[in-house]
Amino acid sequence: MQVTIRLFASFRVGRFVEETRDLPPDASVADVVRALEIPAEAIGMIMLDRRHAPLEQRLHDGARLALFPLLGGG
Amino acid sequence: MDKILRVNMTDLSVRTEDVPPDWAGLGGRGLTSTIVAAEVPPTCHPLGKNNKLVFAPGLLTGTMAASSGRLSAGAKSPLTGGIKESNSGGTAAKLFANLNVRALIIEGQPADDRWYSLHVDKDGVTIQEETELVGAGNFAVAEAVEARLGKKVGVLTIGPAGEWKMGSANISVKDPEGKVRSIGRGGLGAVMGSKRIKFIAVDDTGGPRVQVADPAKFKEAALRFSKTLLEHPVSGQGLPTYGTAVLVNILHEVGGLPTRNFTAGQFAEHEKISGETMHDTIVARDGKPKHPCHPGCVIQCSQVYNDKDGKYLTSGFEYETIWALGADCCISDLDDIATADHVMDDIGVDSIETGVMFGVAMEAGILPFGDGKGVIRMLREEIGKGTPLGRLLGGGAAAVGRVYGITRVPVVKGQGIPAYDPRAVKGIGITYATSPMGADHTSGYTIATNVLNVGGHVDPLKKDGQVELSRNLQIATAAIDSTGMCIFIAFPALDIPDCLAALVDMINARFGISLTLEDVTNLGKRILKTEHEFNLKAGFTNEDDRLPEFFAQEPLAPHNVVWDFTPAEIDAFWNF
Repeated sequence: MQVTIRLFASFRVGRFVEETRDLPPDASVADVVRALEIPAEAIGMIMLDRRHAPLEQRLHDGARLALFPLLGGG
Repeated sequence: MDKILRVNMTDLSVRTEDVPPDWAGLGGRGLTSTIVAAEVPPTCHPLGKNNKLVFAPGLLTGTMAASSGRLSAGAKSPLTGGIKESNSGGTAAKLFANLNVRALIIEGQPADDRWYSLHVDKDGVTIQEETELVGAGNFAVAEAVEARLGKKVGVLTIGPAGEWKMGSANISVKDPEGKVRSIGRGGLGAVMGSKRIKFIAVDDTGGPRVQVADPAKFKEAALRFSKTLLEHPVSGQGLPTYGTAVLVNILHEVGGLPTRNFTAGQFAEHEKISGETMHDTIVARDGKPKHPCHPGCVIQCSQVYNDKDGKYLTSGFEYETIWALGADCCISDLDDIATADHVMDDIGVDSIETGVMFGVAMEAGILPFGDGKGVIRMLREEIGKGTPLGRLLGGGAAAVGRVYGITRVPVVKGQGIPAYDPRAVKGIGITYATSPMGADHTSGYTIATNVLNVGGHVDPLKKDGQVELSRNLQIATAAIDSTGMCIFIAFPALDIPDCLAALVDMINARFGISLTLEDVTNLGKRILKTEHEFNLKAGFTNEDDRLPEFFAQEPLAPHNVVWDFTPAEIDAFWNF
């Protein structure tokens, strides 16, 4: 299945801003995070199709996955 | 010995007073709001002689506590008609604290049309007539006062917008680099202008400095406190690297980035104005990605942004400003927004109110959406020169909406709504509706928990838990605003228990008292209720705690959600 992955802030360093990857049908957010060599504890927010999602969430074909480190502002 | 300085501009007299016992445990917002509530008639005209402008450093300002140098200002607001507290970085808070000045109260109004300056030093306050700097921008005032009195002197100043008593006028505070920070919201610059004060100089030479009751305990607590700020990923890494503008891409992704005068929740050109782009641009142009807004800040979320030729363009370039002129006005050129930011700092207008106002002005057809050069021209040539159109634009979003017959006017209690759409991030809508300040994200920043997963998670798209979240954060914020601490300490405070424990330990060691965390929470409740009571006496009712009608009528893409809280659900906020 095709999943579009978007990375933000420090996750972009040495990786990419946006990439579409071909993933096995049962892939989860955690699989993507592992493949990108991002430590799970560095994850602040996971947005799947513009909604907050947990690390163990299964992905689906055509999904848009956004990964953010812990960030703030205001 | 701690003191209150009182300046009467009607008879140009000055008094030094003891701190009344009731005020002894108060600082920052706790003190400015208490003084305004006690001494300002709630129904007075905000620009008349009965309003008072009050400045106060926080309870911990002037100590070695990290990030404790915020200056609070309070008055009845000419923008909202209610009580107003706004705070800022810069150097003045620390200098007031070094002089043991707990508050400066400015009251009355001169009968003639002369301008004055105040000079605060170890001997009290002197009032002088000012002629040379009348009409000058804030950068010129800061520079001229430095040249007259030395680099170390703190400066509070108003630009032409404050002189003209515009509803969006702010008060600028000189920062450690000789540039300015802003006491931005609610038109407090207009109140200073109504007192005919162009600037206030603060000189701590020979001042007694802050006496800490138990220095050893204080130092121990201060080190623990700093450690939590540096340890937390938001205050320790995210903010110093990307600044607050990192939120552009986050809110776009969440679908809550108000775009084109609050008609959509996403901005197609978000990457061009993002914190990531800003960071790379600053580094490429030899600017400073991290920078403190006040001495002793370890978070350093500010930055210096240079132009294409590597020359200073602006500093303290915040998410709110970038969002307001960017997504909300559809301007995608970060250099245009930076230029506008600098002009707003110079003429002395709040960059949130002004950005929101331009969104309304664009909808009204005064200028097209996306016209960055047009915004810069209007700031310089209309608002900055006080033309009739400029006076209207400087009056803020509500004034422009009313005059041009616009129905989509994003304000609460007359104050422009900041950078988070309340339809897609519902907790912040409760804060906008209920805060005694009018629409103000900082007074109960639910974005932390609704969006950023700091302090847990409350789903931004559902109503559940939002009133409680906003209430808890508004109470905590009122207390934090009393310490002189930057509100960004809330990020570690929400996740690391020792952060607040160390904060309370510092207050206790500073004053030789034994408050508990519950006492500090109760202080927050008391401040919020005092402010609410003032507004009720000023004529506000529950019906003022509402968002504009269009939020309930116009679904916001991409989630296609509306604002759906009932009046009774909102009013439950005040059940504490």
